[in-house]
Formats: sequence, structure tokens, C-alpha cells
Amino acid sequence: MTTTITADTAKTTPAPDKGFIPLPEKTARALATVGGALTVLSAFLAWTWTSAFPGDLTVYGYPGGLQWLALIGGALTTAFGLASYGVKGFRWLAPSGADAAIKLSALAAFAVIWYTVIAIVVKLGAIVDLEPGAGIAALVSLLAVIGAFALPFERPSLEGPDPDDTGWDKFKHEAGNKWTTVKASFASGPATPARVLPSWAEILLIAAVLGLGLTVFTYGITTPYQELFIGFLITTGFGAAALNKAGLMGRVTTLTARHRNVALVGAFAAAAAFPLTQTDDQYANLGVNILIFATVALGLNIVVGLTGLLDLGYVAFLGVGAYTAALVSGSPNSPFGVQLPFWAALLAGAAASMIFGVLIGAPTLRLRGDYLAIVTLGFGEIFRISMNNLDGVSGPDITNGPNGVANIPNINLFGFDFGAAHTIAGFTIGRFANYFLLMLLITLIVVLVFRRSAESRIGRAWVAIREDETAAEAMGINGFRVKLIAFALGATLAGLAGVVQAHVQYTVTPDQYQFANAVPPNSAFLLAAVVLGGMGTIAGPLVGGSLLFLIPNKLQFLGEYQLLVFGFALIILMRLRPEGLIPNRRNQLELHPEAAAPTVLGKAGV
Amino acid sequence: MTTTTTAPSTAETVLDARGVTMRFGGLTAVRNVDLTVRSGEIVGLIGPNGAGKTTFFNCLTGLYIPTEGEVRYKGTVLPPKSYKVTAAGVARTFQNIRLFNNMTVLENVLVGRHTRTKEGLWSALLRLPGFHREEKASREKAMELLEFIGLDSKAEHLARNLPYGDQRKLEIARALASDPGLILLDEPTAGMNPQETRTTEELIFAIRDKGIAVLVIEHDMRFIFNLCDRVACLVQGEKLVEGTASEVQGDERVVAAYLGEPFEGAPGAEEAAAVEAAEAGAAEAVAAQADAAEAEAEAEAEAEAEAEAEAHSTTSTDGEAK
Ligand SMILES: Nc1ncnc2c1ncn2[C@@H]1O[C@H](COP(=O)(O)OP(=O)(O)OP(=O)(O)O)[C@@H](O)[C@H]1O
Ligand SMILES: [Mg+2]
Repeated sequence: MTTTITADTAKTTPAPDKGFIPLPEKTARALATVGGALTVLSAFLAWTWTSAFPGDLTVYGYPGGLQWLALIGGALTTAFGLASYGVKGFRWLAPSGADAAIKLSALAAFAVIWYTVIAIVVKLGAIVDLEPGAGIAALVSLLAVIGAFALPFERPSLEGPDPDDTGWDKFKHEAGNKWTTVKASFASGPATPARVLPSWAEILLIAAVLGLGLTVFTYGITTPYQELFIGFLITTGFGAAALNKAGLMGRVTTLTARHRNVALVGAFAAAAAFPLTQTDDQYANLGVNILIFATVALGLNIVVGLTGLLDLGYVAFLGVGAYTAALVSGSPNSPFGVQLPFWAALLAGAAASMIFGVLIGAPTLRLRGDYLAIVTLGFGEIFRISMNNLDGVSGPDITNGPNGVANIPNINLFGFDFGAAHTIAGFTIGRFANYFLLMLLITLIVVLVFRRSAESRIGRAWVAIREDETAAEAMGINGFRVKLIAFALGATLAGLAGVVQAHVQYTVTPDQYQFANAVPPNSAFLLAAVVLGGMGTIAGPLVGGSLLFLIPNKLQFLGEYQLLVFGFALIILMRLRPEGLIPNRRNQLELHPEAAAPTVLGKAGV
Repeated sequence: MTTTTTAPSTAETVLDARGVTMRFGGLTAVRNVDLTVRSGEIVGLIGPNGAGKTTFFNCLTGLYIPTEGEVRYKGTVLPPKSYKVTAAGVARTFQNIRLFNNMTVLENVLVGRHTRTKEGLWSALLRLPGFHREEKASREKAMELLEFIGLDSKAEHLARNLPYGDQRKLEIARALASDPGLILLDEPTAGMNPQETRTTEELIFAIRDKGIAVLVIEHDMRFIFNLCDRVACLVQGEKLVEGTASEVQGDERVVAAYLGEPFEGAPGAEEAAAVEAAEAGAAEAVAAQADAAEAEAEAEAEAEAEAEAEAHSTTSTDGEAK
């Protein structure tokens, strides 16, 4: 780290430590840190003169909208810069080294600011719409990035190209080398051992982290215009990567692993606080739909992540639950004309999904390989088409065909009407907030089911089947039985969520349950949420599901290109982080062997 | 399970395989093999590459359903499902290590305990009182086994990160976790250095001393010689000789088989097989009908040879189930 530029040595040995930009290390570090601080200040300037651009960026002395995000990026850069100097009070920020985090947070500020500037110019039509403040912000954030990328890093040892290689091979080789170098520039070392804290302090820390999480989540959901949401994605993306490289994410993981139940209860308390922070029921509506989607993704994770069964029609089980609930809950479209109490509808929906799970699973799970994927794909479509056809024309009139089962009454539980707003302790809880809290209970159930089953004999059997089915059978595991349990359990959990979904949305239509569609929930998005979030983990599908629900919802301008963009984003993400956003610690070891992460694991690694 | 005791078993016979034959299409990988293992015994199974040793193991453990013959464990016919075989008390390891790579060492052994524990999904979900008790007992038992093979200090490591020798040992521990009465080891020392081989030897003796019968496939003759009470040699699917280690080692047919020299009745090349089949076919025909037409026999032989060739070509692609 301390060495500056020395003479070039032979090509095969690792090049001396130096950054991408030839500046002395001291200058580089100072530039990055000061650049970060100046970025913070620039957020207080006016960036444009008219309020035609949303977020009120016209005021000197007070940041607004996207400027807040720039401020956060700048503040992170400065903080990590100070941590890299070893300034007291900042060192805890970077247990794994600050340099990679400096780069990433400088990029966060830079990307947000330049995005904003360009968005202003594009939206308002001319460069003259910018105030000098925007130019200053753009400049200082660029300086911070230059400083960050001039920081020296440990160069990887690269192999020179094969002299016999022809053009294309040579190009591939060099591109590979460049990529290795870029990756190395973002590498961070092993974390220094954490200071031992008393339990209460650790729990307070967890509470603080959860509070931060709630703030970030609420901010993301309630972003009122899409520019802000894009800025939010940029900042959280780079910011989270920075915190991760600095080793803070690892710290938090260790903490939550040590106080698992506290963390779980705290997380749910924080989530339950979400609707209370909202005065507008609109965002609670978004919240409850996110929660439904994320919960279903978590249920799918039992099937896909733990047991390794590829289920391409999972959304149909959500549909079975929703339709069952719709038909027995007193909708005027239902031919049954019954209105069961909520708990009975819940059981009916779960049971119907389970039965379908067993019916689909029993014939197919005896086979190995891709049969299940094909059959579930078929089942998903058959379900949707059947619901379309049971309309009294092509078949018996049960589901009212494409118009769906409508006007499903609100849940009334012990005299508590979910359809009305209630005021409790000064907080007004609207209709969607009621359902949000109800759905949160279902999520809690699914989380507990996931955790408890994963950490038991049956969960180990699932993972064993995923790892090597032949060996698992040779260890005495009845593969068919165990897979069927996983499949049926997954279906049941989706059914539970479906019951709530039916009530939240008033109407259940077949088109909500497609294989692929531009908007979630659909089977493809559910699978993507699991893979993107992290297979075999609890937090993974919840985070992945939230993002995958929120993004299409907020970025409606993408319109028809949404699936295209989504596909590209998924490819890039899988290239950069194949283990998903929240990696299962085992997978991380598998996919990044060079990281030489701890070979020792504590709890089941879930 | 399926049928129960029929034959009066000599109390000490653990494994009794009779007339086990395994055909893959036209290829007979195991031909009419009889083998018994008595309790307290270590029996070796040797033979050149491709002799059908692993296939024979697979027939014993329900991975393959033998075309002919039956396998009894302590007098009971073993059901043709590998998880039922394990539940009955026959455990095995694999020639090409098949650990659960992304599980920890301890978890691998816990999976091995699957058949000896009962807790189901409900117990796990509701965390009924029995759950923690049973889980604790399983863990203790698993740790005991890890201590036994000397991997207790690595209980929380991922199986994939273990050195090769340890992985083989872990496979043994995982097999032992099902409390077997008989353990089948498929080349337990393949790829080990002499010192590791020696500790494995000790380990197998220790397993025998626990009262578990051992049937072991091995190419290392010294290992087999030190270890086994009895050795059987398979060549081209047939059991050539069986006897004490020194008897088998001295047998010239065994030596010839290992050196790749043809011995009477077992030609190596495919063409030779075809010729032989033709001869056999002819002989049969002659025996059956005094004046059978030569052409008929030839046609038969041709068909057989064709089937065999076909089987060989499928073999190369279908190594998966091994
Ligand atoms: N599933 C299968 N389908 C077709 N042929 C098979 C199958 N499994 C094994 N064989 C064939 O059976 C023969 C015996 O193979 P096997 O693996 O049992 O030999 P082995 O004695 O264990 O050899 P090695 O010492 O190399 O392990 C080989 O010719 C092999 O190709
Ligand atoms: Mg073999």
C-alpha cells in the first residue's frame, strides 16, 4: 500500500501497486476525501433555476430530491476517506479496508449527480437550464472519482498473451486480463476482528441497522417521481456495494446471526412500522403487494433454493389459493354463494394449493431432471386457461372467465373491518395498511416455516437431494417423498399468500397468473426474485422480490422495453454476482473460490 | 419391506448374494456371481478395471436392479431401492467421491443418520419437545463418528474444502452414521498416499471391531493382503476365484487377468467375443438339434454380436448412474 511507483519489472510478475490514474497516493487519497466533502457541500447549491424539474433543486442552502442522494454519496466517500487515514471515530467504518469502498461511494455520488444533470438538460431542453451549482457538483464528484481511481491497489499477476494467438484470441485474452485488473481494484481484504461488545450494545446496533433499513425501504417505496427512483437505485446499489466491500455488511451478518431471534422480531417490528409512517394509503397498497410477491418468492425458495427443483409454474399455486378464497368468501360471482370466515378461507386456500401441489408433484417427482420444469410450466398455463374457460360458455360457470371473480368482500376478523380505516393510538391505518399488517403475519409464518424446516432433518435431506440425489438416496433418503413434501409445502405457502391477495385486490382474474409478463407477479419474475436475491436464503427472495416488484412499478416509462431491460440487468447482475444479492455463504464460497472466505461456517448458513 | 425370511440363515451370514447377473443391453457386466460375507469378516473384491466390481456393488445396494439373482441381508431379500437397502442396514461409499459438497462435514454425517431418526416436518415446524432431543442426539452421534475417523476438528468445514483423503474418510463416516451391519467400500484408498492408506487400514479394522462386516473393493494388493480375511476376484463380470488373500494372489489366472493375458474362456477383444458367441451358439445348436443348419447358428451369433457392440457404444455415454 505504501509503495509508490517503482520501475517496471517483468511482465509475468505482478505489476507494482498503483492506481488506474497516475497520481501519487497521498494526492489521490486527499483528492478523493476532499472531493467527497465538496460533493456534500455542492448538494446545498441550486442546480437548476426552474422548478419544472421535480424535487425543487432551485434553492441555495437546502438540498432537495436528488441532491439528498448526492449528499449521501459524498458523505460516504468522505467518511471512508477519513477511515482510510485512520482518523479516530471513523475506523470502524472499514474493517476490511476502505479503498474499494471509497471507489464505490465516489462512483455513487458521481453517477447520481451526472445522471441528474443529464436528466435536467434532457427534460428542460438546454444546458442553460442548469445553475452553476450543477456544474460545481459535477466537477467535484468527478474529482473525487479521479482521486478514488488513482488509489493504488494490489495488481493481480497476469499472464501475457500466447504469442501464437491470433487477433480474436489475443483480444479475448487481453479483455480477460483487463477485467481481472478491474476486479482486483475493487478487492478488499479480510475483516479485522470485531471488538467484543456487550449484548445490549449489539442489540442496539441491530436496531439501528433495522431502522436504517426501514428508512431506505420507505424512501424507495415512496419516491414520488421516477428520476428520484432511478437515483435511489444508483445510490443504494453503489452504496450497498461500498458498505459490503468495507466489511460492514459482514459485520451486520455476524451480528444478526448471533442474535437471530432478536433480529427477526426487530425486522418485523420495523416492517410493521412502515404503514404507520405513511399518511397516504397509496404506498401501503404498494407495500402489501410487494409483501405478497416477496413472500411467494420465499415459498418458492424452498422448492428451488433448498431442494433444487425447477418450478416454472409456481404462480399458479398463488392463483389456486386466490381463486379458492375468492369462491368461498362471498363474491357475487361465485356459484357457491358461501361466505366462510377468513380463517376458514385461509385454510381452504392453503389446502387447495397443497392438493394441487401433490397432484402435480406425485407423477413428476419420481423422474429426475427437466421433466418437472416442463410439467410445472404446463400446469401453470393450464391453470390460467382453465380459469379463463370456466365461464359458462366453454365450460361450467365457476370462475366467471376472463372477467374474474369480482367484488370480494373485505375481511372481517372479530369485528375488525379490514376495509375501513381505523385510528389507533393517533395513527390512521387505512385499508391497505390493514392488509399490509395481515400479510406481514403470513410472511412471518413463511419465514418461520422456511427457517425451521431448513434447519431440521427434512431440510438437510432437501439440500442433500439438491447436492447429489443418488448419494442422498444411498444415505437412506426417500427422494420422492422428500421432494414431494418440499413441493407441496411450497405450494401451500403460496396458497396462503393467494388468499390475502384475493381480498386485497377485490378481484381475481386469470391474467394475474401468467408465466411471463411485464409486471409481477408471474412465474418468471418469481424465479428471478429467488435467483437474484440469493438461493437458499431467507433475506434473498425478500429483497429480490421487493426490488423486482418495485422496479417495474416505478419505471413505467420503460413500457414495452421493460422485459428487455430486465433481461439485460439480470445478465449483468449474474455476471457480477452469480450468488445473488444476499448470498448463501456456501454459494459464495463455491462461486468465488479465490475470495478464500472463511472455510468454517456457523449455523446452517441460511 | 418386502418378503421376509425364507431360507434358514446360518446366523452369522450377513450378506448372501446368489447368482447376481447384471446385463446392460447385450453387455453382461456381472455374470452369475455368488458371494457371502459373514459377520466379523472383511472381504475383499478385486479385479481389473471394468471387471464389474462397482456394478456388483450397485446391484447389492439397489442402485441397479440385477437382471437375475437375489441378494439377502441377514436372511431378508433386499428391496431394489437404494434408500430401503440403507434402511435395512447396508451402507456404502462411492468410488468417485459423492459427498454433499456444499454442506458442512457435520451435516454430511447428519444426513447419513436420516434413516435412524424419525422427526418429520411437523415436529420441525412446531419444534415439538422431541425435536430438540432427537436433534441433539443426532449431533452427538455424528460428532462421535467424526471423532472416530479423526475429523471432529473440521466439523464446521464445507465438505468441498476438505483434502482428498479426508473426503474419503468423511464418506465412510457418513455411511457409518446409518448404523449399518455391513459396509461396502468402493476403493477407499484410491488416490491416497501410503501413509493415508495405512490409517485407512486401521480405520477399517476399527470398523470391523465395531461389529460391522466389511466388503471392500481395492486395487492396492498390499492393502487387500493386510486387511482381508477372504478375497474374491472378478474378471469380466465373473467370479474367477475366491479364497484367502494369499491363495488368490498366487492364482495364475488372477495374475494373467491383471496382466491382460487372455485365459481360457475369456477373450478380451470384441471380435473374439463375437467369435466365441458364434462358437457357443453353434455348440448349443448342435446340442439341441443334431443336424442344425450352420447358417442359423451364424445368424444368431451375428445378432448377438451386434447387440453387444451396441451395448458397448451406449456404455460410454451412460456412465451417469455409476
Ligand atoms: N449403467 C451402465 N450402463 C452400461 N454399462 C455399464 C453401466 N455401468 C457399468 N457399465 C459397464 O460395466 C462394466 C463394468 O464396470 P464397473 O464400473 O463395474 O467396473 P469396475 O470393476 O468397478 O472397474 P474399476 O476398477 O475401473 O472401477 C464396464 O464395461 C462398464 O462400462
Ligand atoms: Mg469401480
